Amino acid sequence: MDDKKINITVDGREISADKGQMLIEVTDKNDIYIPRFCYHKKLTVAANCRMCLVDVEKAPKPLPACSTPVMDGMVVRTQSKLAIDAQKSVMEFLLINHPLDCPICDQGGECELQDLAMGYGSDVSRYQERKRVVVDKNIGPLIQTDLTRCIHCTRCVRFGEEIAGLRELGATGRGENMEIGTYIEKSVTSELSGNVIDLCPVGALTSKPFRYSARTWELVQRNTVAPHDSVGSNIHLHVKGDTVKRVVPAENEAINETWISDRDRFSYEAINCDDRLHYPMVKVDGVWQQVEWQEALDFIQKELGAIIDDDPSQLGALVSPSLTLEELYLSQKLLRGLGSNNIDCRLKQIDFSEQVSTPLFPWLGQSIVDFEENQAVFLIGSNVRKDQPIINHRLRKAVVNGASVMVLNPVDYDFNFSLHCKSIVAPNDMVSELASVLRAAVKLSNKNIDSSIKKLITGVSIGETHKEIAQQLFNSENTIILLGNLSTTHPQFTLLRTLAGVISKLTRSKLGYLSESVNTSGGWLAGALPHRLAGGADCSKIGLNSSEIIAKKLKAYLLVSVEPELDCWDTNAAHQAMKNADLVIMFSAFQSKSVKDYANVLLPIATYAENSGAYINNEGVTQRFSNAVPPQCEALPAWKALKNTANCLGVDGFNYESSDVIYDEVINIIDEIKRDNYQDWSTNVTSLPKVRGLQRITETPMNMIDPLTRRATSLQNTRDVSDGSIHINTSLANKNKLSEVDMALVYQAEKEVQMTVEIDDRVPDNCVLIQSSHPSQIELGGAFGSIKIKRSKA
Amino acid sequence: MAETILSKKTCKEIDLWLKKYPKDQKQSAVLAALREVQHENKGYLTTELMDAVADYLGMSKIAVYEVASFYSMFETKPVGRNSVSVCTNISCMLMGSDEIVKHVENKLGIKTGESTKDGKFFLKCEEECLAACCGGPMMMINHKYYENLTLNKVDEILDNLD
Repeated sequence: MDDKKINITVDGREISADKGQMLIEVTDKNDIYIPRFCYHKKLTVAANCRMCLVDVEKAPKPLPACSTPVMDGMVVRTQSKLAIDAQKSVMEFLLINHPLDCPICDQGGECELQDLAMGYGSDVSRYQERKRVVVDKNIGPLIQTDLTRCIHCTRCVRFGEEIAGLRELGATGRGENMEIGTYIEKSVTSELSGNVIDLCPVGALTSKPFRYSARTWELVQRNTVAPHDSVGSNIHLHVKGDTVKRVVPAENEAINETWISDRDRFSYEAINCDDRLHYPMVKVDGVWQQVEWQEALDFIQKELGAIIDDDPSQLGALVSPSLTLEELYLSQKLLRGLGSNNIDCRLKQIDFSEQVSTPLFPWLGQSIVDFEENQAVFLIGSNVRKDQPIINHRLRKAVVNGASVMVLNPVDYDFNFSLHCKSIVAPNDMVSELASVLRAAVKLSNKNIDSSIKKLITGVSIGETHKEIAQQLFNSENTIILLGNLSTTHPQFTLLRTLAGVISKLTRSKLGYLSESVNTSGGWLAGALPHRLAGGADCSKIGLNSSEIIAKKLKAYLLVSVEPELDCWDTNAAHQAMKNADLVIMFSAFQSKSVKDYANVLLPIATYAENSGAYINNEGVTQRFSNAVPPQCEALPAWKALKNTANCLGVDGFNYESSDVIYDEVINIIDEIKRDNYQDWSTNVTSLPKVRGLQRITETPMNMIDPLTRRATSLQNTRDVSDGSIHINTSLANKNKLSEVDMALVYQAEKEVQMTVEIDDRVPDNCVLIQSSHPSQIELGGAFGSIKIKRSKA
Repeated sequence: MAETILSKKTCKEIDLWLKKYPKDQKQSAVLAALREVQHENKGYLTTELMDAVADYLGMSKIAVYEVASFYSMFETKPVGRNSVSVCTNISCMLMGSDEIVKHVENKLGIKTGESTKDGKFFLKCEEECLAACCGGPMMMINHKYYENLTLNKVDEILDNLD
């Protein structure tokens, strides 16, 4: 027998357990229930609630199962008089102060205390004294506090310390006066903060947006996949009638464990927002008219048909990488059926050089679970904590286990773990910094590299940081280099990728892409690209990429769940192209004033909760889901809308009865999802970029990434949104005599815009950080490049 | 940031304590640090000072607030410059501490837990035995013990304070 295994007896049952396990872990695994409040399998053991007291033979008094290690031959009774009496006594103590206001408490019906009070509470309280009252705190737009109900289990406090990596909640005061809170009035800022709502066993921390809107027993639980970051966290939608009332995590150890980000949790609010597009609409003579689907399709057939007959290459499509695999596949099939290859889902990219030789899809480089095993990680252009919170959580676990994380970023982002070293430079200098790291790696490894690259890095200087990064990658066992969202959107993305690729080869590190959206992988695999067909086959005639689609000012545009003036790399060019076009057909779940200005047809589509399909996440895992609620009013799932459009335009091969049929077709074409980021690294760039003057940096804040998050009211009240300001550091502000009360004139590409000023010392010298998707900066233009600022006299 | 808020003397004192603990367990010095900071700041802590301590010791701010709000020897609101605590635990109580407390309250015109308006006295609500049972009733003023108190003696002591 394995000497790590021991046998214990629980309630007369012989159970085999691992040495060192806590009793409650063993009983949980064997479906023997022991009541608990403070114990949670993902958190450290506090043993402060005492609800899990059990009767252990030879022990003089009851022992807490959560902090009692199992021992060979241990005999445990969870139902003996001693155990039950102890648990009842604990319950009596808990109820001394806990209010009996279950009928008006949001937790009622799913409250662990309420449930256990049914079993262990007494009918009448022996206490006549007054209960204690705690003043509620406002800790932000997402979490509602009702701290009189708190039973001090400290799960939320331990969560902050151990999972969020950001201790924001604490237990201040002592004894009768102990309370959970932030001590000073402040909002909690963790991107995972909403998880304390699930952790709280009582109604002390509940969801603010969900408050008083439904009782839990009225809700039906349906499974789906969160539609934002490239992780594809598993979630439950809680539905009342046809309305999504809230979102909670679904457990999946391989992806999100038991956590989800706040973005995934609260974006559902947009499903029922006022901006929803409910009926097909057509603009006739400048006036919007609500029409039947058939009328809208007839309109498209007439207008688009004419343009296609004339020149199909005058049609371009921008599609969202948060569409399902089926929809991305149908979009490109429709476009190609009409004779155009001008389709792209890489909306925030500008550098498409060498796109032909890129891998099948931008793969994470390893599985999400394996992230915890890394010993050295080099992040290039990534605010992973906000962009892919769940991957950041795994990364943080690796750091807790001793990994070194090194960063090359254009903004000094906050991490919730300590960095081994960092280089914060202007966007253009990122390339030369990376070249320096590469040169250090060449020296370490003594290996040959392609002559084109050798030439490029000749003469670059090597500093201590470069040496350290190269050394960590070279000397550690499990290492990975990751290109984040700010790399993908960088004007020299291809060069960054090539340099990173060579470094990964020299240091035997993995190379991974942190892709931007939930189905970026799906977009690549389904062929929603100008140069690839579904399954990654090369396209014989390469179409226009997203940047060219805009720059060429085509006659007709097809937009699927994209708001170009907010979602594209060059917002101004995108906006102008749309305004300039003869025909803009928009498949969207939402409408906006801006869209109504330039679009000609609006076709209402379903949101993720109303849709069925598949997402392929960053690690290449396909996850399928079905709809939780029906689409609102006349809205159709985008796949159905695309199918109908194709049929009315007379494109063959669109006789699909369900998304399942499309899925089978596309998955059959994709065949094997080959996970490999290897490329034959070489370059035709001959010199490193040198730009003088001010440079623009654009980041997309966590809650601005797609039409859905932009319309989720509570998320918009958090700090992770665009503020419409230019962010500059103190020295640049002084140089331009700007302070936070001033307005600045911002010039880019011959445009001038007035913006507020935010002094932000995370931004390097000579750089201006602007947050994307804010109406104030649409007219400015490209996400990176030269920019000028001046103090506004007004 | 911490260095600009904490005085050089305070930092030196904290550094002395830091030497006594392992390098990766700087938070062990939090009690000593708060004591020193409070002493330097007329007997009470401010949020700004607690933040500075957190920064200096590499702790999260809330963890320092927790410690400061837990221990009764830390004041987190402005108090009078002379901290008067009359022990009311069992031995002192048997020796008549209740009468002493009442007397001090009347004399200063404040209740326990309050400070006089002129900022001279803070009558602390003492929660713990001050470990001078042989000399009860007793009180502590600014860390100094006064034992075997009588009402007259209390008057004399309080009158002689600045």
